[in-house]
Amino acid sequence: MTSFLQIQRLSKVWPGTGGKPDSVVFENVNFGVEKGEFVCIIGHSGCGKTTILNVIAGLEQPTSGVVVMDGREVAAPSLDRGVVFQGHALMPWLTVMKNIAFGVKSRWPEWSGEKVRSHCQTFIDLVGLTGAEHKKPSELSGGMKQRVGIARAFAIQPKMLLLDEPFGALDALTRGTIQDELLKIVQATHQTVFMITHDVDEAILLADKILLMSNGPRAVIAEIVENTLPRNRTRNTIFNEPQYYKIRNHLVDFLVNRSKLYQKGEALQGYDPLSPPVIRPGLEPDRPSATVVPLAPVPPSAHTTERRVAS
Amino acid sequence: MKDTLRAAVLSLLFLFTIVGAWHLATLPKDTGASSAAADDEYAKLMGKGPGAKKSEGFPTPAQMGQAIVANLAQPFYDNGPNDKGIGIQLGHSLARVGAGYLIACLVAIPLGFLIGMSPLLYKALDPFIQVLKPISPLAWMPLALYTIKDSSVSGVFVIFICSVWPMLINTAYGVGAVRRDWLNVARTLEVKSVRRAFQVILPAAAPTILTGMRISIGIAWLVIVAAEMLVGGTGIGYFVWNEWNNLNLTNVLFAILMIGLVGMVLDFMFARLQKMVTYVE
Repeated sequence: MTSFLQIQRLSKVWPGTGGKPDSVVFENVNFGVEKGEFVCIIGHSGCGKTTILNVIAGLEQPTSGVVVMDGREVAAPSLDRGVVFQGHALMPWLTVMKNIAFGVKSRWPEWSGEKVRSHCQTFIDLVGLTGAEHKKPSELSGGMKQRVGIARAFAIQPKMLLLDEPFGALDALTRGTIQDELLKIVQATHQTVFMITHDVDEAILLADKILLMSNGPRAVIAEIVENTLPRNRTRNTIFNEPQYYKIRNHLVDFLVNRSKLYQKGEALQGYDPLSPPVIRPGLEPDRPSATVVPLAPVPPSAHTTERRVAS
Repeated sequence: MKDTLRAAVLSLLFLFTIVGAWHLATLPKDTGASSAAADDEYAKLMGKGPGAKKSEGFPTPAQMGQAIVANLAQPFYDNGPNDKGIGIQLGHSLARVGAGYLIACLVAIPLGFLIGMSPLLYKALDPFIQVLKPISPLAWMPLALYTIKDSSVSGVFVIFICSVWPMLINTAYGVGAVRRDWLNVARTLEVKSVRRAFQVILPAAAPTILTGMRISIGIAWLVIVAAEMLVGGTGIGYFVWNEWNNLNLTNVLFAILMIGLVGMVLDFMFARLQKMVTYVE
C-alpha cells in the first residue's frame, strides 16, 4: 500500500561558491505519511527540516527526489496543503477575520461575503478567538497570533497541514494550551499533519510517528519512532504513562548522543537511509538501553547492535 | 494636553518676540528733514516730505498686517496679466504641481512596482536612476522649453521630473522588501498575481510608497516657485518675481508666508494619508 504522502529520495544540495565543494544539506530522505496521521520531525538546527517542509509545501524545489501527495507529484504550492509558518506570517494590515477570509476567498472564490464570514467565524471559534475577530495582529499576543495562523490554515480545509515549528516562539504555558487545542482539533477532524518541532514533549504529545533526523550537513532520517501511547492522550495525563518516559528517553538519547553519528555514513552497519529502522520504544522489554539516558556518550558499536534488534 | 497648551503658549511667545523685534528694527527713522520752508517743495519732489509715505524699505509688521488683510480680502481678483489675486496665483501653482505630480505618480508607482519585483530590471535601470536623480529639475528647463515649446507645460514637466525619483525609488524599495513570509502565504493559497499585487504587495509596501510620495510633494512645492520665476506668466513664483520687480517687499513677504502655509497643508495631507496606510507589525 502506498502512503497518502510519499517523500522519495529527497536531497538538497547548495552549490559551492568560489571553488568550495557543494554542501549537501540532506540526502536520501525517504518516508511516507498516511491519511489522518500526525507526523513530527525532530532534529538539530541545520539538518534541513524546514527545507523538507518547504519542499512538501511546494515552496522550494529539491535537488533530487520527488514528493507525491494523493497520487500526484508536488511541483508548486497548492491549497491542498495548508501551511502554518514559524513566524505566524499574518498580514498586519488585516484584521483577524480578514486574514482568515483571505485564504477562504482563495479557496472558494465563488462564495458570498456572508458565507465567507460565517465560515471564518467557525474557525475563529474553533481556535478560541471569539471576540477578537476585528482586532489587528498587532493587538494580539504571540499565542493568539499563532492561533490565527492555525485557523487560517484549517479554514481552507486542506488535505494536509504543514506546521513549521508553530509554537517555537511561545512561552511554555501558552504553548501547552495551544498544543491541547491543536490536538483536540486534529483528533476531531482527522487531519493529516506534518510538523517540525524542537520540543521532545510536544512531539510525544502530538505525533503518531516521530522522524528523527541526524545532524547536518548530509543529514538523513535516522529512525522512525512510533508513538506507542494511546491516541486519546492529553497533556495532563501523559505523564502518568510509564511508556511516556521510555519514548522520551529514547528521543533525548538520540538528540544528545546519537544524532551526530550518521554524518560519516560508514559508522553504522546495516543502516539503510532509504528505509530507516522503525522503533517502538517501550514495547520491547528486552531492550533496556532505550529506556535509560546514558550520562556519557555511548560508543557507536553499542547502538549498531541495538539497531539490528530494533529493525 | 497640558503639554500641548504649554507648547502653544511658548509658540505664541516666540511669535510675539519675533514680531516685536521686527517692529523695533523697522521703526521709521528720523531722517532729519530740513526745516527750511524753501526746501519743502524739493523734499516733496524727492518723496521725503512730511506727508509722503515711505514706499521703499522693509515693511513694518503693521504694514505687513494691512497687506495680508488687503490681499486676503480679495484673493481672486484679476486686473490683467500682472495683477492677479493671490488665490489665482496659488491656484495656478497648485494646478501645475498637481498635474506634474499626478503624471509622476502614474509613471513612478507602476514602474517602481516592476523594478521592485524584478531584481534584473532593478540592476538594469539602477545606473539610469542614479545619474538622473541628482540632476536639479531646473536644469531640464531649457530642454523642456525647446522640445515642448510651451512655458506652462514646461513647468509641469519640471514638476514631473523632480517628483518622479523619490516615488520611483521608494516604491521599488518597498515592493522589493515585502516580507517573504507574506509572499509565501500568498503562494500557498494559490493567489493569482493581480490579486497578490493589490492585496499583498501594495498594502505591504504602501507605507514606504507614501513616504516617497510625501517627499515628492515637498520637493515639487519647492521647485514650482523657482520654475515659475523662470517661465513667468502666472503662479506664486511669478508673483514673487513680479513683486520684486515692483520693489514691493511687503507682497514678497506675504507670498513667502503663503508658500510656507500651502506647503505645510500639503505635507499635512500626506502625513494623514501615510498614517492611514501604516500598519504595526
